[in-house]
Amino acid sequence: MSNTNQATAAAPAATPVAPTGDPSGGDPRPATAAAVKIKARDVNVYYGDKHALKHVDLDINENEVTALIGPSGCGKSTFLRCLNRMNDVIDSCRVIGDITLDEADIYDPALDVVQLRARVGMVFQKPNPFPKSIYDNVDYGPRIHGLAHNKGDIDDIVRQSLERAGLLKEVHDRLDQPGTGLSGGQQQRLCIARAIAVNPEVILMDEPCSALDPIATARIEELIDELRENFTIVIVTHSMQQAARVSQRTAFFHLGDLVEVGNTEQIFTNPKDSRTQGYITGRFG
Amino acid sequence: MADQHIVRQFDEELDEMRAVIAQMGGLVEQQMANAIAALGRRDDALARRCQEADAEIDAMEDKIEALTLRMLALRQPVALDLRAILAALKIAHDLERMGDYATNVAKRASALAQLPEVGPINGIVRMGRLTHSVIKDVLDSYSEPNVDKAVAAWNRDQEIDQMYTSLFRELLTYMMEDPRNITPCAHLLFVAKNIERIGDHATNIAETVYFQEMGTRLEGLRPKGDRTSYAVVEPPEPDAAP
Repeated sequence: MSNTNQATAAAPAATPVAPTGDPSGGDPRPATAAAVKIKARDVNVYYGDKHALKHVDLDINENEVTALIGPSGCGKSTFLRCLNRMNDVIDSCRVIGDITLDEADIYDPALDVVQLRARVGMVFQKPNPFPKSIYDNVDYGPRIHGLAHNKGDIDDIVRQSLERAGLLKEVHDRLDQPGTGLSGGQQQRLCIARAIAVNPEVILMDEPCSALDPIATARIEELIDELRENFTIVIVTHSMQQAARVSQRTAFFHLGDLVEVGNTEQIFTNPKDSRTQGYITGRFG
Repeated sequence: MADQHIVRQFDEELDEMRAVIAQMGGLVEQQMANAIAALGRRDDALARRCQEADAEIDAMEDKIEALTLRMLALRQPVALDLRAILAALKIAHDLERMGDYATNVAKRASALAQLPEVGPINGIVRMGRLTHSVIKDVLDSYSEPNVDKAVAAWNRDQEIDQMYTSLFRELLTYMMEDPRNITPCAHLLFVAKNIERIGDHATNIAETVYFQEMGTRLEGLRPKGDRTSYAVVEPPEPDAAP
């Protein structure tokens, strides 16, 4: 955390008559007693020589939605991809620092990455269902992870996942139809159903609504809020309104720095750092 | 941070909003000065002109409402922009109330011009001038903007309240002394009350300026010097005033 306290200097110096209540500011640690699910400390990411993410300290709270915002190339997606080691597949990419999930190091060489990605699922920008039936899309994960042992169990998991993703009502009579035949919003909810079918603990979402229309977006946002009860969610979004609507905490990245993190309400009403203020109010030069 | 929005139209709208508030504040200041002058000089003509001017202030409040509503709907403002827009909406409301109270003072000034002169009128004029200077400071704190000035003006409301309390007692003694004083003194009591209310709205504006700039509320007990509720009886408990 580098520059969290800079903004206070930019605000006009005033002599308040009485001490003013300061809503939790730029502290990387959550103000609430919520349990920390993922803890990142001094995380640095390099793509070859490029220092893409610099000394990031961030806590992700359990059963909360944490939104990562910032201009393109600020490192927010890079950070998101560190959380389930998606960066491993990029040859030039080096990740330095500590990231723990429930206090266990996720970069431990002994750790099974496939298991990690079952615990930390991901939903991408463009809906990417498998070119298979709706049913097969959802049952694939639980089957390869051996979460169910007979057809009945699998059926239950598929229906339950579709139900939790708010899609079952729309597709219950055509589970054998191809997933790619659904509308964009339905496909994205199918991908969410696929992600939650393996019963993950954390769901990472990389701009999950940027290819969707406003109604489909609203459905996904409503869904995110419902999923929060059972999962910890980290979402990267370019829509600040979306970050404001769905998240409890917001982290603002700029040029590889984590500039400010705080309660979403505080970030959008009274950001501490002038760069955060500039970005969210549309004043970035 | 750059001062300009990427969308320049938004800056122009915010500038217009601030300009209307400044203009509205200027009108209220003028309204207040004229009402007090009419009262002190027993100038019925000025008092009447003053009463007519209120419509213009009301129209400006409507204009601020339309401007802020438009920006809220179309710009989805956040952070300092959101606070500035909410502040303008609140300040316009306070200014409109201040204009109404000043108009009431002007009406009483018309009535008092027809009645025999009474002593305490000078005290009321002093209270009016003090309030006028607080209004000026508060409006300056908005247009600069200057939080220190807003807090200083906020604290000065206490002086207005203290003056009001002592005027209240003084007017009571005049009324007890000679029943013929009761009519003009009753008018003056209302005038003093109106001026005191104007001061309260000025402190509201100071609080709004503080919130706009700092993003937190100006906390602590509001300075209260108005003891008139207990002018002839003992208060139940110190500082238990509502």
